[in-house]
Amino acid sequence: MLSFASLLRFLRICIFEHLKCCSLLGCKSYGTPEKKQSPDEKVFQEIKKSRNKRQKPMGWKCVDNCCWIVGYLCTTSWLLLFLLYIVPVSLPGLKGPEIPGARLKREGLVANHPVVLVPGIITGGLELWEGKPCAEPLFRKRLWGGWGSGFTDIFRRPVCWMDHLSLHYETGLDPPGIRVRPAPGLVAADYFAPGYFVWAILIENLAQIGYEDRNMYMAAYDWRLSFQNTEVRDRSLSRLKGQIEIMYATNGDKKVVVFPHSMGAVYFLHFLKWVELPAPVGGGGGSGWCAKYIKAIVNIGPTFLGVPKAFATILSAEGKDISLIRAMAAGLLESEFLGLQTIEHVMRVSRTWDSIVSLLPKGGETVWGNLDWSPEEGYNCESEEKRQLQALSKENNTRSSTDKSLFQVKHHKKYGRIISFGKEASEVVSSQLPTFSKDFMHSSTSANSSTSRGEFWTEYDDMSRENFQKIAENKVYTTTDLLDLLRYVAPKMMQRAEAHYSHGIAENLEDPKYNHHKYWSNPLETMLPDAPDMETYCMYGVGIPTERSYVYKMSPSDRRKGIPFRIDNSADGSDSCLRGGVYFVDGDESVPVLSSGFMCAKGWRGKTRFNPSGSATYVREYRHKPPSSMLEGRGLESAGHVDIMGNVALIEDVLRIAAGATGSELGGDRIHSDLLKMCNRVNVPL
Amino acid sequence: MSLIRRKNVPESSEAEIVDAEDDKKSKVPERKNRQWSCLDTCCWMVGCICVVWWLLLFSYNAMPASFPQFVTEAITGPLPDPPGVKVLKEGLKVKHPVVFVPGIVTAGLELWEGKDCTDGLFRKRLWGGTFGEVYKRPLCWMEHMILDNETGLDPPGVRVRPVTGLVAADYFAPGYFVWAVLIGNLARLGYEEKNMYMASYDWRLSFQNTEVRDQTLSRIKSNIELMVATSGGKKAVIIPHSMGVLYFLHFMKWVEAPAPMGGGGGPNWCAKHLKAVMNIGGPFLGVPKSVPGLFSAEVRDIAIIRAVAPGILDKDLFRFHMMLQHVMKVTRTWDSTMSMIPKGGDTIWGGLDWSPEEGYSPGKRDQNNNGTETPDNSEDENLISDAKHAHYGRIISFGKEAAIAAAAELKRIDFRDAVKGRNVANSSCRDVWTEYHDMGFGGINAVAEYKVYTADEILELLQFVAPKMMARGSAHFSYGIAENLDDPKYDHYKYWSNPLETKLPNAPDMEIFTLYGVGIPTERAYVYGLTNSAECAIPFQIDTSAHCADSCLAGGVYTVDGDETVPTLSAGYMCAKGWRGKTRFNPSGIKTYVREYDHAPPATLLEGRGTQSGAHVDIMGNFALIEDVLRVAAGATGEELGGDQIYSDILKWADRIKLDL
Repeated sequence: MLSFASLLRFLRICIFEHLKCCSLLGCKSYGTPEKKQSPDEKVFQEIKKSRNKRQKPMGWKCVDNCCWIVGYLCTTSWLLLFLLYIVPVSLPGLKGPEIPGARLKREGLVANHPVVLVPGIITGGLELWEGKPCAEPLFRKRLWGGWGSGFTDIFRRPVCWMDHLSLHYETGLDPPGIRVRPAPGLVAADYFAPGYFVWAILIENLAQIGYEDRNMYMAAYDWRLSFQNTEVRDRSLSRLKGQIEIMYATNGDKKVVVFPHSMGAVYFLHFLKWVELPAPVGGGGGSGWCAKYIKAIVNIGPTFLGVPKAFATILSAEGKDISLIRAMAAGLLESEFLGLQTIEHVMRVSRTWDSIVSLLPKGGETVWGNLDWSPEEGYNCESEEKRQLQALSKENNTRSSTDKSLFQVKHHKKYGRIISFGKEASEVVSSQLPTFSKDFMHSSTSANSSTSRGEFWTEYDDMSRENFQKIAENKVYTTTDLLDLLRYVAPKMMQRAEAHYSHGIAENLEDPKYNHHKYWSNPLETMLPDAPDMETYCMYGVGIPTERSYVYKMSPSDRRKGIPFRIDNSADGSDSCLRGGVYFVDGDESVPVLSSGFMCAKGWRGKTRFNPSGSATYVREYRHKPPSSMLEGRGLESAGHVDIMGNVALIEDVLRIAAGATGSELGGDRIHSDLLKMCNRVNVPL
Repeated sequence: MSLIRRKNVPESSEAEIVDAEDDKKSKVPERKNRQWSCLDTCCWMVGCICVVWWLLLFSYNAMPASFPQFVTEAITGPLPDPPGVKVLKEGLKVKHPVVFVPGIVTAGLELWEGKDCTDGLFRKRLWGGTFGEVYKRPLCWMEHMILDNETGLDPPGVRVRPVTGLVAADYFAPGYFVWAVLIGNLARLGYEEKNMYMASYDWRLSFQNTEVRDQTLSRIKSNIELMVATSGGKKAVIIPHSMGVLYFLHFMKWVEAPAPMGGGGGPNWCAKHLKAVMNIGGPFLGVPKSVPGLFSAEVRDIAIIRAVAPGILDKDLFRFHMMLQHVMKVTRTWDSTMSMIPKGGDTIWGGLDWSPEEGYSPGKRDQNNNGTETPDNSEDENLISDAKHAHYGRIISFGKEAAIAAAAELKRIDFRDAVKGRNVANSSCRDVWTEYHDMGFGGINAVAEYKVYTADEILELLQFVAPKMMARGSAHFSYGIAENLDDPKYDHYKYWSNPLETKLPNAPDMEIFTLYGVGIPTERAYVYGLTNSAECAIPFQIDTSAHCADSCLAGGVYTVDGDETVPTLSAGYMCAKGWRGKTRFNPSGIKTYVREYDHAPPATLLEGRGTQSGAHVDIMGNFALIEDVLRVAAGATGEELGGDQIYSDILKWADRIKLDL
């Protein structure tokens, strides 16, 4: 009787919500009956045969059989579902480990400072406010992130979806007739996809010690736009300023603690500068604004000095961040799948996003190394694995041989060459390289085939094969060269984006030109605000191989259109540093240690020209430990770029800071990597 | 012998074999019959249904999105453009930022901290959405929806907070829109998150407590300031709905009051930041139906729950009477329900003998509308006699006779000093305690013997039956009429949500609209009876058997014109008269407009809840109303909309009310 009632209820829910129904029931039972039908059909055919022999009257038709099976399966699945529902929510013994928030609450931590969360690139949700007719049913539904009921609609029309996600190529703002806006509120970036948390765990832990909507704010912004454009179009910076002021006022004049993640760290850097400058360009907060309102900036996995993989993303749409998409829809990205050139699509769309340019490595060869030199040189890729090996088996003389190979490897790694064409080029001594000439870059890009600016147009289509050849002949590119290369292969994009971003190092920070907004998000070209009591933290994971430089090759020439370069997947080194055409260093899988740690460890440490007020900085590293069992999900001690938001140690630090602890109370710096050594090799005048 | 035997043996075995074969033959059909047992038939049916269901689902998903519209248009002819498109074609664009203030019940609440039974519900909706939890663990759910009986704030260890953002009240339940249609149409003009704001608040709390606990009023103030600043100084248009109207009235007073109790915005805050307040279905003077809600938990607003979950409140399942008591126990902790008790007492709502609406008959207005007025003597007589019967002033009468009898004939025994007595069954009702359990038969009978209660006496009645609740509520709300508005006592926040005890802010350029539906019978007065049953039950119940010859009294309820929830008098009086011109309630002479929308039920099922509905919530999908809102948001003034638009007798009724202005 009860189960029948539940059935009825279920049907009613189904009527209201077709889609939910599909996900709950449909999809489950779509799969099962189809699989099981074939063997069962055989059985039934046999039965039928035997019956035919005996020439009994036909009572069981095939259709009836099918119906019977389906009904049987449905009933069983419903019963199971029902059982699942009535099982007491907390089975004893199945309880996971206690979340850190609950433990700290018992210690007596309570919500103190209001908290602002600044999401990074990709992880923030976007929703549709105005679109073309093909997107009619998606109004106010998610186009990006946190896909719920709208997902099937997206899946049915991927091209339409792509159209809505891309921006205008020239302005970097909305294309005409389309308005896609960031989703507001905590839901903007709590889960990226159902079950794939971003901020959710952190929010839950904060809630444990008393945080709620009134003292926690998610500074959602459109991560596709350049930072200043978020203000121009959406007033995001003004709203962030307003919200911080509101929270400060309604929480008894307590300063806020800001938690930016990933690109959000650079975004907030931009905000810090914007908010104090006078009104037309800035927010007009006056020079004491940051000192008055901000207690601490706790950067989680910050991309302060950029990430090398941004180059790969722009050049050939092969970044690992985009691999999130790949992971979610593996089949889709197989090029030529269904005749769609998916990678080209991705490139076309992502090149309209100014924000990706903000992630290009900053500081040029001084920070990222040149042909012969790099700050990470001598990094021992295998140390991690070796340690494990040693722990497992302290055997025989293999050790000496590995040591030898390591020694050799050390010689080879030239991380400064961020892109090399061919594995040899990445290894040879610089004197053996063909003489470098940038001349071709200044020649015109002479479009030989401007015939078909079809749907999938990228700026590569305006270039000729010879130009690509020349690029490849040049063999080796450092960061500075790469910026030139990008200006060459994608002039329009770079022209658009470089109005918003700069990637150099300031000679003289007093120069009034640095009041232009394009310098604000580059920590090497701005000063921190005058706020001596403000604390800056860099919290990030270490112990995961992170992309640092690439071995490229030309793509096979039979393809007329498309992307001319590819990462050379076949290039493997003798050690784990070079795998699949990618050189790895220490980091959190997305951001190398150098980028996330340098500013806090050296650039802003003490009174420097980048930090004139001498506000305190702290580096907190978290060593990666893969999840020990499947039950742990993405790991309680993971240090992956996004997974770190579920790291117990980080959460504990975050809660303590929010509850009022200072950096020295946390224990000051906590460094596992070779960060300090690397920093010392970087000669930025401070 | 042996031969015979030998012969016999094979024979018999043969026979056996034959028999066995026969058996087999006969068994097979038998077994087949057994296979077609009841269970199999069930499975077969379920299977059939499933297959058909999946096919339908598949075709539904594969169907082009415009198909339903196509079908509708094929049946009913081309649909009118949605107002957003229509107005956009006229060239109107986004101009003033817009603030929505949702009403009671319609906004979502989510869980931030709960007891053990709410595992996995963190940040999930307890109110609004699918209401899945109500089914799964009703008692746990109740425990979290309830507030503290004494303070009217959170019970210890529970934090339930309003959902923020536009999602707070765009849909109440999947498919049941509240603000979604309006938001969709505003978006066509170019509105988006940055110039639309949903001022969601915890609608269970008293208005001042939303500030005390969540700083909601401060946040609304700051957000309005922020939006005005980021929109280039364009003033905001506020759109409150239902109880949100009172909430915003409270806000306007709060924001200008000095800091400890108010928001410290200074005397010109409203003039600086507000362009217009467009009240939709506002219960300015309260709603009579809140009285039975508090008295016996029989509201129709709670009927939304009933509509969503008919099983739950059904009489037989889950012991209905207990359910009602649970509902009463929970709702009585919500201070906000007391904000809607009728205000203004007998002056506004009528005494024993008269009421402003007297003479109203549902049929009459329809005739006027049709323009086919036939002076028919007999009907007029009929009307007059009807008018004699309907004593709307008697909001609660015990027994139909009491409701009909002339004032002189009423024999009333005062209840105020009656001994309440003790409830014998006290001990057994502990788990669902309502204040009725402190009352014995003496008290109950005393209440019933008084026969008739007018608006003033209702307050005393509630104070008698629920002293603790009213003590808590009267610290936050007041229901009277101010003698002298300059009296400093009116600086207290408890008067701020009563339009008869506050002055409008000093903002001569601001405009106040009241937009509401008319043409639906709306609860106005009740006939009650005593329940004779179980010890733990609520002792009073609407006497659903009370009917009258005319349609005014049906099922124990007298109805008048309104939008199904709020009577026209309550929604329209202040704008039609109380604030019209320079009055003592409106010292700066803010312009007011009354915009009524005549109810027309949806023509076909395909129309859903209708584009011309005048019902309390459905009116948010009324195209005419949306068009008005869009025009004002795009910059139009009330004059440009066409001034007043009145279908009901509100002006006549307003004139009957003797109130110093």
